[in-house]
This record gives sequence, structure tokens and C-alpha cells, in this order.
Amino acid sequence: MPEPREPLTTDDVAKVANLAMLDLSDDELVTFTSQLDAVLDLAGELNQFDVAEVAPTAHPFGLTNVFRPDEPEPDDIADAIREEALAAGPEVEDHQYRVPPALGEAL
Amino acid sequence: MSQTRTETESASSEPNLLPEGWEMVIGLEVHAELATQTKMFSPARNQFGGDPNTNVHPVCLGLPGTLPVVNEKAVEHSIRIGLALNCTVQRCIWARKNYFYPDMPKDYQISQYDKPLNVDGWLDLPGGSRVGIERAHMEEDTGKSTHVGVSGRIHDAGYSLVDYNRAGVPLIEIVTRPEIRGPEQAKEYVEELRSILVTIGASDGKMEEGSLRVDANVSVRPTGADELRTRCEVKNVNSLRSLGRAIIYEARRHVDLYEAGDSPRQETRHWDEEAGRSRPGRSKEEAEDYRYFADPDLVPIDPSAEWIAEIAASIPALPKERRDALIGKGASAEAAAMAVGRQLDALALAAIEAGADADRVLTHVANNLAVDGAQNLDAGHLAELVKMETDGALTATQAKQVLAEMVETGSAPGAVAAAHGFEAMDTGELETLVDQLIADSPEEWERFVAGDDKARHKMQGFFTGQIMKATKGQADGKAVNQLLNQRASR
Amino acid sequence: MNQRFATATNIVAEVSSGARSAVDVVDEHLARIATDDGEIHAFNTVTADAARARAAEIDELVASGSEPGPLAGVPIALKDNMCTRGVRTTCSSKILEEWVPPYNATVVERLAEAGAVVVGKTNLDEFAMGSSTENSAFGPTRNPLDTGRVPGGSSGGSAAAVAAGFASLSLGSDTGGSIRQPAALCGLVGVKPTYGAVSRYGLIAFASSLDQIGPFAHTVGDAALIYDVLAGHDPRDSTSIVQPQASVLTDLGAPIDGLRVGVVKELSGQGNEAFEPAVVQAAADAAEALASAGAKVEDVSIPSAVAGLSAYYMIAPAEASSNLARYDGVRYGLRHDGPNTAAMMRASRTAGFGDEVKRRIMLGTYALSAGYYDAFYGKAQRIRTLMIQEFDEIYQNYDVLLSPTSPCVAFEFGAKADPLTMYYNDVCTIPSNLTGHPAISVPFGLGQAGLPIGVQILGPMLSEPRLFQVAAALEEVAPR
Repeated sequence: MPEPREPLTTDDVAKVANLAMLDLSDDELVTFTSQLDAVLDLAGELNQFDVAEVAPTAHPFGLTNVFRPDEPEPDDIADAIREEALAAGPEVEDHQYRVPPALGEAL
Repeated sequence: MSQTRTETESASSEPNLLPEGWEMVIGLEVHAELATQTKMFSPARNQFGGDPNTNVHPVCLGLPGTLPVVNEKAVEHSIRIGLALNCTVQRCIWARKNYFYPDMPKDYQISQYDKPLNVDGWLDLPGGSRVGIERAHMEEDTGKSTHVGVSGRIHDAGYSLVDYNRAGVPLIEIVTRPEIRGPEQAKEYVEELRSILVTIGASDGKMEEGSLRVDANVSVRPTGADELRTRCEVKNVNSLRSLGRAIIYEARRHVDLYEAGDSPRQETRHWDEEAGRSRPGRSKEEAEDYRYFADPDLVPIDPSAEWIAEIAASIPALPKERRDALIGKGASAEAAAMAVGRQLDALALAAIEAGADADRVLTHVANNLAVDGAQNLDAGHLAELVKMETDGALTATQAKQVLAEMVETGSAPGAVAAAHGFEAMDTGELETLVDQLIADSPEEWERFVAGDDKARHKMQGFFTGQIMKATKGQADGKAVNQLLNQRASR
Repeated sequence: MNQRFATATNIVAEVSSGARSAVDVVDEHLARIATDDGEIHAFNTVTADAARARAAEIDELVASGSEPGPLAGVPIALKDNMCTRGVRTTCSSKILEEWVPPYNATVVERLAEAGAVVVGKTNLDEFAMGSSTENSAFGPTRNPLDTGRVPGGSSGGSAAAVAAGFASLSLGSDTGGSIRQPAALCGLVGVKPTYGAVSRYGLIAFASSLDQIGPFAHTVGDAALIYDVLAGHDPRDSTSIVQPQASVLTDLGAPIDGLRVGVVKELSGQGNEAFEPAVVQAAADAAEALASAGAKVEDVSIPSAVAGLSAYYMIAPAEASSNLARYDGVRYGLRHDGPNTAAMMRASRTAGFGDEVKRRIMLGTYALSAGYYDAFYGKAQRIRTLMIQEFDEIYQNYDVLLSPTSPCVAFEFGAKADPLTMYYNDVCTIPSNLTGHPAISVPFGLGQAGLPIGVQILGPMLSEPRLFQVAAALEEVAPR
């Protein structure tokens, strides 16, 4: 059996929230930490099973080689869909999506 | 064979760019856009340029509910690339690389991670070295942001505009082993790779349009050591020239740090061509946890042996094979590379095989033929021309003129030469002319016979010029020189 | 209790024969929505005008002698996580509150071709994460059978819409039980198809490897009618099954003599105090009823089934954390501005997602992050393979398996505020999502407060014709 898991800390959750691009208040951080820790306890049940020799499932039925021919969508359909898609943008300028300035190369 | 060198020899052939005792360790990651009609996972067009957000579709905009379906042609091209790079083509899966970025519509990139399509290959370079290929995997491209602001700098206020025309364009990422030892070899690798991609039709290989992009992983180590030290990934290298400069800059920066008792830290850096230096991007330690996992929207690709064989059969002769064919006919490595680079090697080979002198053929291919139009030149005609030249029926100057007209009109060299009245001058006729000239110019002749090399050379020009003038260029310069030397040594 | 509403089968017969107009049918349903949905809140959006216009088209087809389709004139409600071109599709989330898709989900197109009439988009737990519809950003849906109780979830709005007579059929999506559990709690038939049997194109993803669209219906016959329309290959979904699928209508009503039925010990609720005793009893009664009808019924054991819940709560959040990354305020949906792109994204996501969604995104992010991948996500995917192997082995000797659908009948609002208690609702339904196998929940008996109980029939891959056959047999003998 694997050794017992270290309990989740608020630092762990703050790091995860950062990766997930979510801001948490201090209160939320505490609440979420205990809730997430309880779910990870549940995951401890997985340790009852020895699956070292079992391959992970990718697709339940082992489908492979699903392809699409290299053919563009007809232009009239593409144009209409594109206009509707752009219309849904929160801020669109010159047919482009406008965002605040980037800070550094990645976020 | 003279053109095969071992890797170490090749490395040592690079000029010593680092302080004594240090060597470069370079790995390259080349991203090439695949030449398809549509994107990797969506039926939007894969097209360079175009108005912003015109080559888009719900799938490549990452709209909620959309699903990716793999473009078969992109896989075919990728397998073709793998085979051309001597890779093992294997069953592979798609993985999601998760990070937030406004250019990336789903905020994850569909790529390949632990099970890529192509692994363990190599590429032999014209100079004789071999570079190991670790993997060549498929992925999708991102869109592009344009910063709009007062100063045009990335850190000021203002805002960015995002265009997803490029988002989802099929890419192959070709990763070498850290076996490249200098900027020249790096450039040679990229040139050879580019030439292969273009030859097999898998990519247009245009660096200037960004369809071929190179990132360099650079580190240094004491010469001859086995260790791999901390590397930095240098991005934003937009030309071969930049690639060479960026590698040298980065390697020297590392040496400076080590020699100052410090060490570089693993990070991504951006090459600033104007400033001639690299600058740090985001650090690898911070916030880079891509959380790769198998993409549940896609199924594995398991290429059958038949499919792979079919693709292999469709691969045309690669640049190395084409160069070797010319070299086998007596061409130098440089001349062969030049002919293949200009896509005129088939013409040259056919002319040589028809009996023409290899050197003369390759001289014409290198200097006297424009790439456009020359493709249509008949190899038999070229061979005839070269034979007329070597038989002394045409001078070099005349041959050049005839060749130009052959390309234009498609006529045979004999006909063109006759039309111009280019006829081989009878040797006796030429001898008479030369002897007459010697008799008419005793002072010049004296200086030719008795002068030093410089004077002799100068006088040779005088006599040849006079003969050419007298024959309206129909005399063969080589023959004139031979006669002059013969008379002088009597 | 459902007999007060016309079945879809009857509506199709009447509309196709011209005995009743589709406009009349849809008006009757729209009238009930107008009267009662203020209280029930089954819908996020009602598309009354489009529904009437579509019904009129169906009537014209019938009048002109054209074939109006196998679902002619049937009012249908769609869970609001299926894309409808020109009609907002919200996932009951603030982050998509105003989003209007430019395209239709494949199932929406299939229904349209079959002559169905869409009356609206139904409420759900935000992004289908929940088992009570209390997690909707737009307020909960009430169970039409007892408005003090939940309809189940996450497809609670779709279940309530059919139970309240707002639509004759509806579509839900089932990731861990989100069709079967609300079907059980609202006294309906609910179907979770074989993974890949019904296209996911246009279904806004929660957990891609588990999500399947399926129907809610008053009867097994109605469910079969719509199932044949929904199922089939879709080239726009790479996980769609390519092979032809048999009609589920063919064996409906065929006797079940000699059928081999296994009762799954690990899912039966026997000796488990988290299960309502009436539920455990109902499942036992259903097994007994099948035996009386000629089936061979035996207890079977699938040891890995107990790991279903824990494996699910690693896999589903992990996939969700990635699927929900795209809601970043750039291309669609809610935007809260910030001084730079990252701040804008954070502000938009923080304001746009509810607590349960945030919990699962963080859980999944953790399960996939460096250092924890093998212990959590990797392990769960291996357990999943083990589970598929164990179920496949059992199916060598049994045609179908039986278990309760949900541990309890419809519960009161706020009764399961603790996330783990809520998660436990899915204990019986989760295994078939993990294995990809199909399952149907059928009403069978009543429990606490006279509320309906559902039992679930499980089968191997593409065994839908057999499942519908057994479900119909069970429906036949169910206590009324």
C-alpha cells in the first residue's frame, strides 16, 4: 500500500487556482481546501486496486484512425458562420478580437 | 569517400567561436506548416495572409461544443516527413498541452507528447555530418496578436487584436538530438531540412512567411565532455542569419556566466535581431505546468504497414540522393549542392549521362542558366552544346550566347550557332593569325617572352584581345593561349 | 402518473395522419409552459415563435402528402448545453449567459429532420456539474411531482419539462448519471447510450470521454422512437462509432424468456445505509419481476465497481479543467476587464463560474499537475480499464445487469449541501460512463413520500436493442 497522502494545503490550492486562472478570496481558499481535500481522500480508494500492469483507457472501444478528407467547407457556409461567430465576440475591432495588452509572452 | 566526415571532424571544422576549452551543444526545434488545403482539425482554409479572421470555422475558433477531426492529408505529409528523416513511424496519440494564451482558442494546444508519430531518425548533411532526429510530431498552430499602442512596444498600455487565421494550421515539430556543434552546422541542417520538406511537397518551407520556424536549444560544455548542461531555448529566430548570430550570442553568454563563477538558468529567451542579443521570456520554473493528457476528443493514429509503404513509394529522390548522383558522375560536392539547390540537377545529370563534360555542364548550370525557363531546356541539346564547346567548335563566350538563345527558342545548339555564323576556326588559320600578330608586335612579344609573370600575363591579354578583335570573337581563347606559349617556348 | 400527457408515439400518429395539427399540439404544450414554468423553472429559454413556425411547416408537409418524419410534431426540450444556431446556449452559467452559437449540434439537426418541434432550452447544473440542478446560475428547477424537491441533475430541467407536460420528449446529457438519475427522480425513462452511439458534436463538453446525449420519455416506446433518430455515425465527432446501429424498436415487446440477468452486488445498495430501503427493495422486486417473466436472475460481483466514484471524480474534473479553459473572455461569453490579458481572463473566469464549477476545475487541475498525475489521473484511467475488463467478463455470461439508478428518491432543496454527499448520488450510474456501456433507467415502484424510484438496466457495448427490450418488459410489470 502506498504511504498516506499529505493533506492539501491552502498553498497547494492557491497554486492550482493560479494555474486555472481563478482568483480566490482568503475565505474561499480555506473552504475549497477542505472540500478538495475530502475528495482526494475519496481518491484514496483507488489504492485498493493494483493496476500497475493495466494500461490506461484512451477510448472505451479502441477506435483508431478516424480522419477527415482535406476539403474546405463551401465558402458561403463558412462566411455566414464566421460572421455569426464574430458577432458573439465580447469586443471586436476590425474583424479581430480585442484584448487588453499582454504582460510578458505568456500568462 | 571524401564527402563523408564524422561528426567530430565536422564540428572541429567550424571556426572557433568560443574561448578556448568550450564547445557548443545545440539542439534545434523546427516547426513547419504542412501544405494542406485545410487546417489540422477543422475544414477552415490553411492559407497564408488574407483578411483577419476569414480563414476560420467554429472548430478552429474553439467554440463551445465543437470537436476536432484529424485531416488525413496532414498525417500523410507527417508520415512522409518521418520517412524522409529516417524515423520509425509508430502508433501515436494526441495530447492536450494546457496553458492560457489569447492566441490559442481553446486555451490548450492539441499536440503529441509521450507517443509521437515519428521517432528516432537522422538527417545526413551535405558537409558529411549526421544529425540525430529525436522526434517529429504533429500539432496545431496558434493565431496571432497584433499590439496596438502608442509606442508599438509590448509593455505599454494600448491593447492587442487577435486574428485566428493561423490558429489550427497543421504543423510538424521536428526535434533534433543535442548533436549540433556550431552555427554553420545549424544553418546547414535547417537548409537541408527545408530542401527536403520542399522536395517531398510537405511544406513550402518559407521562413519569411513563418511557415518554417526555428527555435534553438543552446548550452555549452568543456570541449570533449559528455555532460549536458543547462540549456536555454532561443525563440523568434526568423532567418538563417539570425539563427547563426543567436546561437553564437547565447553560447558566449553561457561561457561568460560560467567563467564568472555563475551559471545560466533554464529559460526561454527571445532573439532581438536589431539589438543582436537574446532577452529572457518566461522562466521554465514558474507557472509552466502544461498538464499534458491524452485528448479524449481524438483517437489514436495507428498507421498500417500498407499505408506507410504507399507513402514511402510516393517520396521522390531526396536532395542527398540527387547530390550523390551528380558526385558519382564526377561533380564536386559544392557543384552538386548548387545544382540540386537550383533544382537543375536532373538536367545536369541527363546531359552528363549523354556524354557531356561534367565540369562544363555544371558551370553552365551554376552560372549561365536562370532557374525559370531552364527547367524546359532539353538535356540532349545541353549535351550537344557542351560537346561543341569541348571539341573547340564554340568558344566559352559563344556557348553562353547560344545557350541563352536555346532556352528562349528551344532550338538545337547547332542551328543556333550556324545562324550566328559561329564556326570553329581552323587551327591552321589561327596559327597563321597568331604568327602574323607576333611578327607585327615585336616589342610586346619580347615582353611576353622575357617578362616576369605579371608582364607575361598582361601581354597574354594583349595578344588574345588582338586575336579576338581580328576574328570577331570566334577564336577560342584557350587555343590562342596554347599557341602563344608554344611559340614562346621554342 | 404520466398517463395524463399524450405519449410522443400517439402525437406522431395523430399529426402524421392529419387527425391533429402539430400547431395544436405545440400550442397545448406552450400553454402549460406559460402557466406552470414560472414555478417549475424547467426552461432557460422558451422558443415559442420558432416552435409554432416549425409546427406549421410540419402541418404543411402532412397536408402536401410528404413524409413528415418519425417525430412529426413532437414538442421537444433540449438541455441548454446543446448548441442551437441563433438561440442562446448558456450551460446555465453566467459565463455563457448571452452566448448565441453560430451552428447546430448534430442531434439538433437530426431532430429537425425527423420533424420534431423544439420548444426551448432547459435548465441544468452549471456545465452539467451536479445532481440536483441547484447549481444553475439561474436558479434551481423544481420537481413537478413535488415542488419542494429537486428534479435531480444535472439534466433536471429536461426531466422536469417532460414530467410537467411542457414537452413530450427531451434530451439530456449523461456524464455520471445526469440523465438516468433525474429520470428516476421524476418518474421517467432515461437512456445513457453506448459511448459514441450518439454524436457529441455541439454538446458543450463537461468530460469528453464520459459525456453522452440521450433522451427522457414517458415510456420506453417513446424513448425508443427518439433513440433511433439520435443514434448513428457522425463524421464531425472522432469518437463516434462507425458501425451501423440496429433499431431499438425491433425487439420492443419481445418476450425475455431465458434472458440472463445479473444483479450487481456492489451496486445493489444491500446493507448500505446510504441507500433508502425502499430503493433497495424496488431493485430486488424488479429482479424478481424479471425472473417471473422467464429471465434467469443471479447475483454477480464486479469488485472494481466500488472504485467507480473515486475514479470518476479524478477523470471528469481533469477533463473539465481543460475543456473549460476556453472560457477566457476573449472570443465569446462574459468578459470582466483588467489591466492586461491575464487579469482580464482571471476576472472573467472568477466572475463567470459558480462554486461547483470552480471546485471541479481546481480538482482536475490538481489531478493533472506535475507530480500528481500518476497518483490520481493516471491511476484512475487504469482503474477504468480494469473496470471495462471486469464488466466484459461478466457479459460473457449475462445479457444485462440490474441495479437501482439512484440511492434515494427526489430529495428536498439544500438536503445535500456538502459536495461529497451530493457526489454519492451517482454511485450506481457512474460505472457505465467509465466503461462506455449503455444503460437505461425505468420507473419501478414508489419510495419515501410516494415518490418514484428508478431501476437501471446495464448492458455491453451497443446492446441498446436488448436494453430497450428488457426495459419494456420491466415497464410492463412495474407496480402502478
